[in-house]
Amino acid sequence: MSDSSVAEHTEHADRPELRHHFADEQQQRNAAALGMWWFLGTEIMFFGGMFCAYLIYRLKYFPEFAAASRSLDLKVGTLNTAVLICSSLTVAQAVRAAQMGKRMLQVKLLLATLFFGLVFLGVKAYEWENKYKEHHIPTFDFNAKDLMRDNQHLFGLDKLQNDPHALQVREAEIQQHSQIFFALYFALTGMHAIHMIVGVGVFSVITWMAWKGRFTPEYHTPLEIAGLYWHFVDIVWIYLFPLLYLIDRRPGA
Amino acid sequence: MATAAVTTEKKNYLNAEYGIRSWLFTTDHKRIALLYLVSITAFFFIGGFFALLIRLELLTPAGDLLTADMYNKAFTMHGQVMVFFFLIPSIPAVLGNFLVPMMIGAKDLALPRINLISWYIYIIAGILYLHCIATGGVDTGWTFYTPYSTMFSNTRVIEAGLAIFISGFSSILTGLNFVVTIHRMRAPGMTWSRLPLFVWSHYATSIIMLLGTPVIAITLILVVLERTLNLGIFDPTRGGDPVLFQHLFWFYSHPAVYIMILPSMAVISEIVPCFSRKRVFGYNFVAMSSIAIAAIGFIVWAHHMFVAGISLYSALVFSFLSFLVAVPSAIKVFNWTATMYKGSVSFSTPMLYAFGFIGLFTIGGLTGLFLATLGVDIHVHDTYFVIAHFHYVMVGGAVMGYLGGMHFWWPKISGRMYPEGWGRFSAMIVFLGFNLTFFPQFILGYLGMPRRYWDYSHMPEWQGLNVLSTAGASFLAVGYLLPMAYFLWSLRYGKIAPDNPWGATGLEWRTSSPPPTFNFEETPIVTWEAYEYESMPLPEEVTLER
Repeated sequence: MSDSSVAEHTEHADRPELRHHFADEQQQRNAAALGMWWFLGTEIMFFGGMFCAYLIYRLKYFPEFAAASRSLDLKVGTLNTAVLICSSLTVAQAVRAAQMGKRMLQVKLLLATLFFGLVFLGVKAYEWENKYKEHHIPTFDFNAKDLMRDNQHLFGLDKLQNDPHALQVREAEIQQHSQIFFALYFALTGMHAIHMIVGVGVFSVITWMAWKGRFTPEYHTPLEIAGLYWHFVDIVWIYLFPLLYLIDRRPGA
Repeated sequence: MATAAVTTEKKNYLNAEYGIRSWLFTTDHKRIALLYLVSITAFFFIGGFFALLIRLELLTPAGDLLTADMYNKAFTMHGQVMVFFFLIPSIPAVLGNFLVPMMIGAKDLALPRINLISWYIYIIAGILYLHCIATGGVDTGWTFYTPYSTMFSNTRVIEAGLAIFISGFSSILTGLNFVVTIHRMRAPGMTWSRLPLFVWSHYATSIIMLLGTPVIAITLILVVLERTLNLGIFDPTRGGDPVLFQHLFWFYSHPAVYIMILPSMAVISEIVPCFSRKRVFGYNFVAMSSIAIAAIGFIVWAHHMFVAGISLYSALVFSFLSFLVAVPSAIKVFNWTATMYKGSVSFSTPMLYAFGFIGLFTIGGLTGLFLATLGVDIHVHDTYFVIAHFHYVMVGGAVMGYLGGMHFWWPKISGRMYPEGWGRFSAMIVFLGFNLTFFPQFILGYLGMPRRYWDYSHMPEWQGLNVLSTAGASFLAVGYLLPMAYFLWSLRYGKIAPDNPWGATGLEWRTSSPPPTFNFEETPIVTWEAYEYESMPLPEEVTLER
């Protein structure tokens, strides 16, 4: 750290935001943005591993996945999607406010972002609690009886009524395979929620920096790259929502 | 900075500041490189200790030195320490960290604080792994194969998995820093086609680090979740698929091989032109072959799984693609050889390591083709043939390159010359010891000795080759300890190094040894191509051993 302070005294004493090893602000901003874009690339690969597992098991165990997906609360999921899209809007507006040099507007929009982020996490916690009550959390007394009851035809259980042994085998399978759906559901939404928590942490700092007036029309790189991260986490949810909630939801299915 | 130059002792990055805080809180890429150097050396010796246990156990056919469980832990921790805590960070985090900014004429990496954070992450991961070793260790094999790792192993799988998960972030941040730096921080005139090949290779390595590492991160997280919450994703008795684990694991861990070998190729591409006094042959091909290796390396992973029950058609495709990745590797080997052709070749220590690299990597690479051949793979799968193959690539390739690079740039890093005679002597010891250790393992594998066996008393005729291998390992140990000893010796007693002891062309040689904190007195403006050795006369003070 001390070397940068030396540099600031010798090289960029008049420009405190410009770190010692950059030639100008443009280069610094481009470096930070490129770094964040590549980091988001790694995040895509991180979620990609789980999406890959999801894809394989969805192809293998489609009826179980469809039935388990239908048991998720569509209204609450849709609400959360809307909340998250709103939070992305407020982030984009906050960047705009920084570009126009409006400090209080920035702070208000960032507080709104934090509010939407916390609402999302609260709703998620509510959903998870319901899963617990429904015995849909793997290993915590997991039980797929309700899925079998509601999806007799989809599982082909109605055809097996005369064959108790085959019925028993199929029911045991459904119990196991729907557990895989919920394992992936919790892994995916859990990882997403961890990213949301990190995002709320980051934006708390960003909001404080905005309040202190750190961002000017010329320099607001931290806000911009934090915004990129937030949009990414939002987009992950945009993919998770149809993959988890909307499998085979067509009317009459 | 400029005023400091007139005082008696010239200011450089080593004497700019003193005290432990000036190291632990530094953001200077050169100091962070040295932090990494010390830490990966420690892990190298820990990993080497486990290798020693393995070789001593195999000295006799009976399982007498270790118990079977201890042996399982020894080879597991040898693999995990060497792969995740030594080989992957070795050249990028030490030499790459030190050299990439200097080679492109930058004052530092683009994200210096993230560079420091990556070292701390590495240390946290390392301490966690050491704790895992100290409290009983792990026995799954370095690959964490399910369902063994998730359902049967009673060792500290979770801790080891998390340690490697965390160390992955260190790798990601290093790669991120290199990519951003190479894109955004090049000095005026340093165009892409003038970049040293060292930088091209590190660029390719960084892309693999960025796109591969997150996949093993999520894979290990799934293993940890499966173990703690009993999810069943990889449990075949509950509809899970253990082969899915292998796909996800090798999607990273095969490209990880290229994380280890590409930086080593980077080093060789610098050493060979310098000690042949010739422009590198086919610059564009060598540069693009790094990118090709990184790209094709991502689509060959299932050749680790030919006998794991994948379909014949996918096995055929992956076999073909594995052959394909040999092409860019061969391009490099042919180009290095062509660079030497009619060059003014000198046999200095770094060049000896480069020779060693080229020969051993060729053997390692060609035996890789045996393994990519479906029929042969069934015969030698999970035998010592595989062990010998990848040690030829990772030790004969990656470690040889690392040592060659350490010798080549030691004058720049420390400002001192190492003793050339000892250098050449230990390079020979390493080469001979290496071949004595691992060549017999090709034969053992072909004869059918399986890997991971601790007792071969049913086949006592394998003992002779195993004794040779253990004897070679002792030579190898001497060959690794010697450079450490004379490097440390040279810090105090070595000859003061000139700025450019080899008459090399790179930008890093156009600043003082050791370099000042910001690398250059003023930002260089590049007006020449890389490797213009024909127009670079040897400086007066330079004497190269012929």
